[in-house]
Amino acid sequence: MANLKLTDIAKTYGGTVNVLNNINLDIQTGELVVFVGPSGCGKSTLLRMIAGLEKISAGTLEIDGQVVNDIPPAQRGIAMVFQSYALYPHMTVRDNMSFALKIAGKPKAEIDATIERVAKTLQLGELLDRLPKALSGGQRQRVAIGRSIVRNPKVYLFDEPLSNLDAALRVATRLEIAQLKESMPDSTMVYVTHDQVEAMTLADRIVVLANKGIAQVGTPLELYESPQNEFVAQFIGSPAMNLFPGKVIGTGDVTSLRLDGGGLITSDVPTTDEDMGLTVNVGVRPEDMLITEVENWVMECTVNIIEALGDVTVLYFDSLEGQAPWIAKLPGIHNGLRGQSVRLTATPAKVHLFHNGQSLLYR
Amino acid sequence: MHPALQGILTIAFGVGGCVGYFYLSNIILDHAIFPARGTHIARNIRRANIVRPWLFLLPALLALGLYLAYPVFETLRLSLTERVPGGGSVFVGLDNYKQMLGEDKFWEALQNNFLWLLVVPAGATAFGLLAAQLTDRIAWGNLAKSLIFMPMAISFVGAAVIWKLVYDARPPGAEQIGVLNAIYIYYGGDEAQQWLTIPFWNSFFLMAVLIWIQTGFAMVILSAALRGVPEDTIEAAIVDGANPFQIFFRIKMPQIMGTIVVVWTTITIVVLKVFDIVFAMTNGQWQTQVLANYMFDKLFRANDWGVGSASAMVIMLLVSPILIWNVYNARKEMR
Repeated sequence: MANLKLTDIAKTYGGTVNVLNNINLDIQTGELVVFVGPSGCGKSTLLRMIAGLEKISAGTLEIDGQVVNDIPPAQRGIAMVFQSYALYPHMTVRDNMSFALKIAGKPKAEIDATIERVAKTLQLGELLDRLPKALSGGQRQRVAIGRSIVRNPKVYLFDEPLSNLDAALRVATRLEIAQLKESMPDSTMVYVTHDQVEAMTLADRIVVLANKGIAQVGTPLELYESPQNEFVAQFIGSPAMNLFPGKVIGTGDVTSLRLDGGGLITSDVPTTDEDMGLTVNVGVRPEDMLITEVENWVMECTVNIIEALGDVTVLYFDSLEGQAPWIAKLPGIHNGLRGQSVRLTATPAKVHLFHNGQSLLYR
Repeated sequence: MHPALQGILTIAFGVGGCVGYFYLSNIILDHAIFPARGTHIARNIRRANIVRPWLFLLPALLALGLYLAYPVFETLRLSLTERVPGGGSVFVGLDNYKQMLGEDKFWEALQNNFLWLLVVPAGATAFGLLAAQLTDRIAWGNLAKSLIFMPMAISFVGAAVIWKLVYDARPPGAEQIGVLNAIYIYYGGDEAQQWLTIPFWNSFFLMAVLIWIQTGFAMVILSAALRGVPEDTIEAAIVDGANPFQIFFRIKMPQIMGTIVVVWTTITIVVLKVFDIVFAMTNGQWQTQVLANYMFDKLFRANDWGVGSASAMVIMLLVSPILIWNVYNARKEMR
């Protein structure tokens, strides 16, 4: 029910320690935007600045067209779900959920009606008179979500809401959040996570944060298919994208490259004549690597380790010295490849080119 | 012998004796009684390990038994006997208790004790909580805390002397030094008052001393408890729109209620046993008598060990349930 506009937002601690710079972002009404990034990248800090729990050092934050930099959290029209749930341990589920409404001085009948309605949608009806300590992790998180829903906020903020849950519950709760979003199409949500699966599955758009700034903003598949830089390329997707050092040896709509290992590869990324001889990193996702018998192979290398997962098989190869091992992810089961030498290639559409860490696609 | 030398020798003898006891008894246990060799080596080691805790606890158990457990029973016995002239004593049943219950001074002491019980734990806990909260987030909070905690390091008698000066009143004409009288006269009082001789209110002047001492204790414990309140719940309350008062009374305080109860009951026990302050400041005159001072009066001034012991038993009966509750709560907090 509201859009968010972040302009040149920065965060500095104690005047010297700078953690975020030049954050510019437009979040549309009804969007679910996920902040993702490695730990310490400032994604939680950014969320807490939106919430009003951290002071904004520079720049402006607008919610619904109103600058809210100096407006206290409660009046920003936001609700927050914390990683640790942050339920009030001495209050029953009902009291936890009604606390904000009581503080706001809402009439009792209205509070009761709201609680009943929200409890019903979240299946908390039978838990209303329990204390948080008598709830399971998943139930606690549902109460925390319920506590934010009853306030009917303009913007929902989620701070790693699933990271305290075990793996199975995490998947279930992720689906619940997706359904919740579905049922409230007008509500804007900002979601912080370090888990890229959560980011890919939940987000309308993902904001990748790194090096004190935004590395890329885009839909999950944009980030996957055309990453702007090596950081995003390697952060999104698992296992991470392979990077092979090489040189441009043919330019045009299709670029030809020679890898430092000796192999040849072509990419659909267009280049100009000036790019001839440019040193680049050639990026290929492990799932885009193909075993081939043809002559036009990219590289020939020995399988070092095999991880058979059933649906896929992950092969680890010896790489150039001082580099992470190259990885290929093949569908299905492949036995007996260990120690074998195989030839690998990739279709030109799936080959990314990076120069100085930036994608040549975005010049 | 020089007293200092005597002191050092005593310390050396005491510490050396302790170390020697633990060391030698352990050796005897391991080598002479249950040697860790031979055919029953496993059994011997197991048995030695069962005996060892008792061996090490023995001195403490003996000392506690001698100085705590035995006196309880001896006091009970004394409270049921009366000294006869020329030595010896006779069993008199509950006569001592009857005599005590007939004395106005005893009822005055009991009444005052209850008054102390209502005021001092509440006051000390409230001020301690206030100090803990207010000093938590300021730069010079630790300095303030040290100052508030300092009275804890002063003996009750020392504190009583300090506060006696605060309440001091000199004869009319002489130069006044009492701070309370200075304040009183500044705000329009006519002449210096003998504060400690004004019944009913003088008890409160005595209570102020104990509150002054115990506030530091309450503050330190409650400050630690407040820091244990999860920051997330406070931030959630901020997002929920609670103001600082609501956060304090509705989010923080309920979460440390267990600790508050422990602090409250601990101070209650101190209050029930209060003696030094009353002894040093009024000695129970002007209707400020309390049970412990009453007991002292009977036991050591009137030499009436029967009634004195009876009043000691009353104090113990009053303290015990609170002590049990205190231990129960403290254990619950630790879990």
